[in-house]
Amino acid sequence: MNSEDSNIVLKTEDLSIGYKKKKKEQIVATNIDIAINPGELVAVIGVNGAGKSTLLKTLSGIIQSIDGDIFIDKNKLSETEPDKLAKTISLVLTEQLLSKNLSVMELVALGRQPYTNWIGRLTKNDLKKIMHAIKLVNIEDIKNKKCHELSDGQFQKVLIARALAQDTSLIILDEPTTHLDLYHKAYVLKLLQKLSKETNKAILFASHEINLALQLCDKLLILKEKKALFGTPKELISSNALNDLFPEHLIQFDKESSSFKIK
Amino acid sequence: MLNQKKYTIIIILLFLAVIIAALFNISLGSVNIPIEEVTAALFGLEVEKDTWRYIILNYRLPKAITAIITGSGLAVSGLLMQTLFRNPLAGPYVLGLSSGASLGVAIVFMGASVFGASFATILLSEWSLVIASSLGSLLVLFAVILASIRLRDTMAILIIGLMFASLTAAIVSVLAYFSPASQLQQYVFWSYGSLGDLSWDEVFILGLFWIVGILISIGSIKNLNSLLLGEQYARSLGTNIRKNRFMIIIATSVLAGSITAFAGPIAFVGLAVPHLIRQIIPSANHITLVPAVIFGGAILMLICDIIAQLPGSEFSLPINAITSLIGAPVVIWLLVRKRKFNF
Repeated sequence: MNSEDSNIVLKTEDLSIGYKKKKKEQIVATNIDIAINPGELVAVIGVNGAGKSTLLKTLSGIIQSIDGDIFIDKNKLSETEPDKLAKTISLVLTEQLLSKNLSVMELVALGRQPYTNWIGRLTKNDLKKIMHAIKLVNIEDIKNKKCHELSDGQFQKVLIARALAQDTSLIILDEPTTHLDLYHKAYVLKLLQKLSKETNKAILFASHEINLALQLCDKLLILKEKKALFGTPKELISSNALNDLFPEHLIQFDKESSSFKIK
Repeated sequence: MLNQKKYTIIIILLFLAVIIAALFNISLGSVNIPIEEVTAALFGLEVEKDTWRYIILNYRLPKAITAIITGSGLAVSGLLMQTLFRNPLAGPYVLGLSSGASLGVAIVFMGASVFGASFATILLSEWSLVIASSLGSLLVLFAVILASIRLRDTMAILIIGLMFASLTAAIVSVLAYFSPASQLQQYVFWSYGSLGDLSWDEVFILGLFWIVGILISIGSIKNLNSLLLGEQYARSLGTNIRKNRFMIIIATSVLAGSITAFAGPIAFVGLAVPHLIRQIIPSANHITLVPAVIFGGAILMLICDIIAQLPGSEFSLPINAITSLIGAPVVIWLLVRKRKFNF
């Protein structure tokens, strides 16, 4: 247990998240205690407005936490320098890119920015990492295409490759499966599972795909109103944590098949 | 990365085109001087007629250098604004920077009659013109930035730029109303734009500001590229957004401000050149775009100046009219043909 403890990638202690507006605090979720090890795939699940995006923004340092501590690679997030943070956490967001006129290679290459010199020159090592990332997500065939020529599914893979090229111990993805059909949803999540095992990186993502997440993830964080539950799918199911996630008169959790069903 | 090699070749070709355009620019005018004689004069060799040497070294060479500085500087500041504001229609003229600079210049030219004579003696030197003009464009740019932080809407930013343009135009006309004819005339001639009236000293001052602006732009290339992903991604890559934005503002104000001070408000170069270059180099990478836009701006300005001189005739047209005559149709053509700017 101790040896596992020593290389925890992400750990939060009694974390409260929310927004500060003109000295007025609006708390979205409290008591979040999570610990993610290298190679683990973790999903953040919650109904709309439960604070998934707020949590991811807090963990990646975009907004400040209300209370509690966040540790990334054993360092306090609030005390980590931006350039060091860039080598520790990489992001895949739902934010639209300013330019889709970049080629796939160029976009993935931007992941190397924290490591390049003042003008962004790529070294041999950088190119190697870029090619490796492209190979890992299996997009070699489209690497010379422009991003505006890609389908949503392909583009999502390119964004994941960019995050891989950034070579961080933690990758955070905000709803990586929106706009995708069921096949591509499953494909992207399966890819994330494969990547977490092959690269030994910790991967944290927010999603509405709870049925898929239960099957693929090592751990889940369930955000309910002012309550956060963290554990393996088995633990969560046996403790009945999933039962009241949605209004029960419409959707119920079926323990036998480990999935949600419409009543 | 294969394309990168192709782009490097295009950039080298553009550089050669700058030299050729400059030679033609020096050769053509009210008196046409053969190209061989131009190169001879530039290399300090024997020239057929002494008057030619005099014309080239004291009149046409500084004018050609001014054209290169003006075109490249405006084009680069246009590129920086387009990336910074996430808006393909941004440029120093559209966003009201040139208007801000005009206001600065108008205060220098015509402020004397309004604010008193002692004020004029402090103000009337080349340096004060540049500084007033740069401050004017800086002022407008800060206002636009403030607005852009509050309004994420890119359309609103353009409209605010337009509003500042008409606001400064109104202040200028008030100043003009109270000014004596001679000072008013000075301002009006300045506002037509001109590349040819600069002495070597003035070219030197302009060049100094240009180097500062271009160096800051080159230093911002890496951060400009990260901005292509959007602000949140850029921050996650370790980019200091505030510092980066500040550097870009300084670079564009220094470039647009100093150029407008000496050459007058020149329209469309800053807006059109980055788009023309994107037609040749379909890349968003600023490592290729910045040098290509520098050379592209220089070429366009040299050509516009050749046209403005009406080779073989005694007359020359205001340069501002020529850039608009060429620039406006180009922008319209791009919009109609592509329906959408490829950014």
